[in-house]
Amino acid sequence: MAERSFAREVEDLRLGAGEVFRGEGILAITKALLQSGVAYVGGYQGSPISHLMDVLADARPVLDELGVHFESSASEAAAAATLAASVNYPLRGAVTWKSTAGTNVASDALTNLASSGVEGGALIILGEDYGEGSSIPQERSHAFAMKSQIWLLDPRPNLPSIVAAVEQGFELSEASNTPVMLEVRIRACHVHGQFVAKDNRPPAFTMKQALENPVRDVNRIVLPPASFGHDREKIAHRWPAAQAFIQERGLNEFFGPDAEVGIILQGGMYNSVIRALQLLGLADAYGETQIPLYVLNVTYPLVDDEVARFAAGKSAVLMVEEGHPDYLEQALNSILRRRGVPAVVSGKDVLPMGGDYTPAVILAGIETFLSTHAPERLGNRPPVPTAAPVLADPRVKALEKVVPARPAGFCTGCPERPIFAAMKLVEQELGEHHIAADIGCHLFSILPPFNIGGSTMGYGLGPASASAFANAGAGKRPISVMGDGGFWHNGLSTSVGNAVYNKHDGVIMIVDNYYSSATGGQDIMSSRASNPDRSTNNPIAKAVEGIGARWVRQIDRTYDVAKMRDTLKEALTSDVEGPKIIVASSECMLNKQRRVKPQFAKAVADGRRMVKERFGVDEDVCTGDHACIRLSGCPSLSVRHTADPLRDDPVASIDDTCVACGNCGEVAEAAVLCPSFYRADVILNPTGADRWLARVRRGVIGWLQRRRDSRRVTFA
Amino acid sequence: MNASARAVSAGVVSGRVVSGADKPITIAILAMGGQGGGVLADWIVSLAEAEGWMAQSTSVPGVAQRTGATIYYVELMRAKDGHAPVLSLMPTAGDVDVVLASEFMEAGRSMLRGLVTPERTTLIASTHRAYAVGEKEVPGDGTGDPEAVVTASDVAARHSIAFDMQRLAEENGSVISSVLFGALAGAGVLPFSRAAFEAAVASGGRGVEASLRAFGAGFARAAEGASDPVARAPGKDLPAPPASVGVPALDALLARIHGLPEPLRPMLYAGVRRVVDYQDPAYGAKYLDRMAKLIASDEAAGGGQAGHAFSLAAAKYLAGAMAYDDVIRVADLKTRASRFDRVRRELAAADEQIVYTTEFMHPRMDEVVASLPVGLGRFLENRPRLFAALDRLVNRGRRVKTGNIGWFVTLYVLAGLRPRRRGLLRHGREMAHIEAWLGLAEAVLPRDYALATEILACRRLVKGYSDTHARGLSKFDRVLAAVPTVADLPDAAGWLRRLRQAALMDEKGEALEGALRTIASLRDDAEIRTGG
Repeated sequence: MAERSFAREVEDLRLGAGEVFRGEGILAITKALLQSGVAYVGGYQGSPISHLMDVLADARPVLDELGVHFESSASEAAAAATLAASVNYPLRGAVTWKSTAGTNVASDALTNLASSGVEGGALIILGEDYGEGSSIPQERSHAFAMKSQIWLLDPRPNLPSIVAAVEQGFELSEASNTPVMLEVRIRACHVHGQFVAKDNRPPAFTMKQALENPVRDVNRIVLPPASFGHDREKIAHRWPAAQAFIQERGLNEFFGPDAEVGIILQGGMYNSVIRALQLLGLADAYGETQIPLYVLNVTYPLVDDEVARFAAGKSAVLMVEEGHPDYLEQALNSILRRRGVPAVVSGKDVLPMGGDYTPAVILAGIETFLSTHAPERLGNRPPVPTAAPVLADPRVKALEKVVPARPAGFCTGCPERPIFAAMKLVEQELGEHHIAADIGCHLFSILPPFNIGGSTMGYGLGPASASAFANAGAGKRPISVMGDGGFWHNGLSTSVGNAVYNKHDGVIMIVDNYYSSATGGQDIMSSRASNPDRSTNNPIAKAVEGIGARWVRQIDRTYDVAKMRDTLKEALTSDVEGPKIIVASSECMLNKQRRVKPQFAKAVADGRRMVKERFGVDEDVCTGDHACIRLSGCPSLSVRHTADPLRDDPVASIDDTCVACGNCGEVAEAAVLCPSFYRADVILNPTGADRWLARVRRGVIGWLQRRRDSRRVTFA
Repeated sequence: MNASARAVSAGVVSGRVVSGADKPITIAILAMGGQGGGVLADWIVSLAEAEGWMAQSTSVPGVAQRTGATIYYVELMRAKDGHAPVLSLMPTAGDVDVVLASEFMEAGRSMLRGLVTPERTTLIASTHRAYAVGEKEVPGDGTGDPEAVVTASDVAARHSIAFDMQRLAEENGSVISSVLFGALAGAGVLPFSRAAFEAAVASGGRGVEASLRAFGAGFARAAEGASDPVARAPGKDLPAPPASVGVPALDALLARIHGLPEPLRPMLYAGVRRVVDYQDPAYGAKYLDRMAKLIASDEAAGGGQAGHAFSLAAAKYLAGAMAYDDVIRVADLKTRASRFDRVRRELAAADEQIVYTTEFMHPRMDEVVASLPVGLGRFLENRPRLFAALDRLVNRGRRVKTGNIGWFVTLYVLAGLRPRRRGLLRHGREMAHIEAWLGLAEAVLPRDYALATEILACRRLVKGYSDTHARGLSKFDRVLAAVPTVADLPDAAGWLRRLRQAALMDEKGEALEGALRTIASLRDDAEIRTGG
């Protein structure tokens, strides 16, 4: 497992009835699963749900006590397929991934799961990565719910509501024989809050019982004519059962008094709506609202009766629905028109079609809505907070030209940096190439200073996305990049297998950093650590050779920039048929430092001889051109202004966060930059031999230095 | 860059403590991934919870954990009659009580996002800079001007506290979050006691002692209220020359400097020091010979009234040009005792620790030939096949272990070539290049003083080694080649300055190409207008 311990979080999973859990949203969900008697959990890591996976991976003793099976699935498709265990057996199961990226991957299995229907509660926890700060395309999980008929929960973003949604989700799933998705937005996943815990519950029916008493029901198998039966069942049985359950159990919530207007909102929007109303003087900080609210903790399916009841007698309702298309607003219109309820439906006419629904955005929308339909409500109100006058001030506006963009980039000492430095060097020699990128840390090569990569098509799809350029007969070959995470996720077959089979004449660079690094440093099949619960140490090079790749080069130290460059050049010029595959391996520096730093500190404290390395720049040798930075971008390699009156430009400078990966020295050497870089080796706890040798060297070198200094005529 | 540093004005210290009675206390933390913004948010949460408040924090880490700009957001409020407050997961512009910025440009970003407003916000920021890639990668100086942040915070914040928290953290063996947390306590805006803050730090576990030390330092600075001055760059070190240093050869040079116009003396002294350090006192005399001639031309062109701008530029850039970077210089700098000491100092190496350095060098035949006597150098250059064969022997990366006697002696011997430098191939070429450059400036001087000064300043483009040097030289040549073109335009000096700035903007000189095209079109227009 990653070199990070979740021991404290694991303790949170043991809290009993009445104890107060304090912590992050995603961890509250993990605890809620155990409280719900879940029998198995799977998933694929990714922001913002990695924490759920990481903590469960470290919680083996807790899970064993309860008899819960946990696995890190190979992909979201594998995770979704795991839920098949709930089709025939009364087993509660939960899986999780980042949505919509993972939901896309999982959708084949989800379609079949939704068609079969489930006996045991099947819950899919979606980390909804939407809005500012998201790392994926902006889409909604809602569409998946609609197309496959999977119920979608969107609880209010506080821990008690989210925890309740987990428990209710299982029950809803069982009551309607339908899988349920629980959507938790990224900020809610990371929100710190508290809830009163319950005792963990061992599963009522176990995996062991299921295997020992196999059930087979041909009507649950997706094969005609059963599949047509499933469709009828969805309409005639599952849908009404779900609506009845939601209504009976009050999953959706109503707040506030009756009034001439009202607001219908996704549960996840609740806090922002309350804040907006508060700023308009229409609610207090404790959620006491003057405008009636109908909170959809279940956004699919809608309960027609509830909707009609809420809208009846109102002149207008406002639908607060983040993201597009306006599925909910359309559905509201259908329901109300069908039932002849005259209330006007407002929504995307006063709120933006896309983007984050921040309190300020919602405030503006509600203000417009009320000014049309209930202007008297906007009477006596406090001034709305605004930064507009400040932002209009030219002295503040001037900051736009000064404050730099600061996108994410490779960490200090990242082993992927030298790969792209080498790629840049090759491009200087052989010209620019078509470069297809993938998903993972290596995608940061697209940003300055590397500016490498022209497209991304999805996880493990980098080489596949270059396949149209396979045999174009051009003087240049396409280059594609894929990480080890993407490789094992599906890249082995979809990208490499595809390239081998089609004799793709291109270069495939597989970046192997021993972990699934971009998602938090989880182990994968090719990880080098030994993991008692998983099979690791399965080399990527062996896998690609196993499916027929002929030209494969393994580089075991990516920091060797010259070798990286030469290998890449060879790959671009070799006359071997089929894909030219380079597996570039070095350990993720973030994880390596977590592993090595404590060991190093302990060795030094124990008095053992250790060598600490760091890089430096000789300020008077550096000429301030910054070519080294353009081939690196390392956070610890920066610039510094000097007091030298003869210089205008700042010089390169390395700060003490340097981990001595060696990239800057290697780059300076390979690119023939300048001789200002040096590596300093500090010998801690030197031995007697070290000290003797140092004395001799100091003696000779010191004598020579004194000799030259004495002959030099110079101002002090 | 002007050295007049400006301090963030402290504003009116209101002593106002945010009450959190009918609305939550709102706190935004702007940090860079990896800086520990999450730790800071956690401390604020545990502080508030220990004091019986409800606390909610959120963030969007995701990929932002890797060096990108990121925001943590915290709200605090008491429950009322058993009702928990409904807290927001996102800040609202104009509705933030405290902004904590762990880097100075991030403070700027907080203002651009509207999080800092004069009615509400206490801005607590570290004045240190962590340059973004976009600032660092520029071949010239791409760093943003922090004074703009000071100016803006005077407008935007109710109250500002800004000092170098990174340095304070390092001095106390801790991280910036500790200092920021101390500054938050010291600012006195939250309704919690110092002891409560410290208890939150202490509950964290690891490194508590250092964290509390840094916390205390931050607290003291914030409570005291004075902000640190900020400047984009430190002032330049330009002392007036002394009358004598007690060495006859050097005193002779000093005497000559004292015979030249007074405003020029500090720069001339800096220049002389550089070229003497580079070569010898005779080389310093050569520098002053050239300068005397240039100053005379300057005065003939009325430079006395212009503050001797031409001579100042000449004094600065001629010294740099004469002390060009060659193998001898590098070997000399790398082997000096003072350099060995400096490395130890920068590493903060303890006395009992042993330090060795390894230099990353990549000599090519070009550098070897440049270091040969003129005749031999030319001989080899005229035989491309021999040159290439020798290059194959020489041209590769070498790890030079300067602390080993063998390698040290190699560099020492190279540095010892210094007395012969004037006879080497490279020297002749550099001197010819200098003459051509100065000649052009002097020729333009009587016609256009400002343009001539700008020509001198173009020397800034020549820098680096090998390919970088070649690229710099080619930019220099392209910019100077435009002198005849711009000379006819109004504000010729301004145009040349813009060309130079463009040349420093990117590596390949694309901005320079664009600027050159603009000038060509301007000239065409002018020709059309004048019927030329």
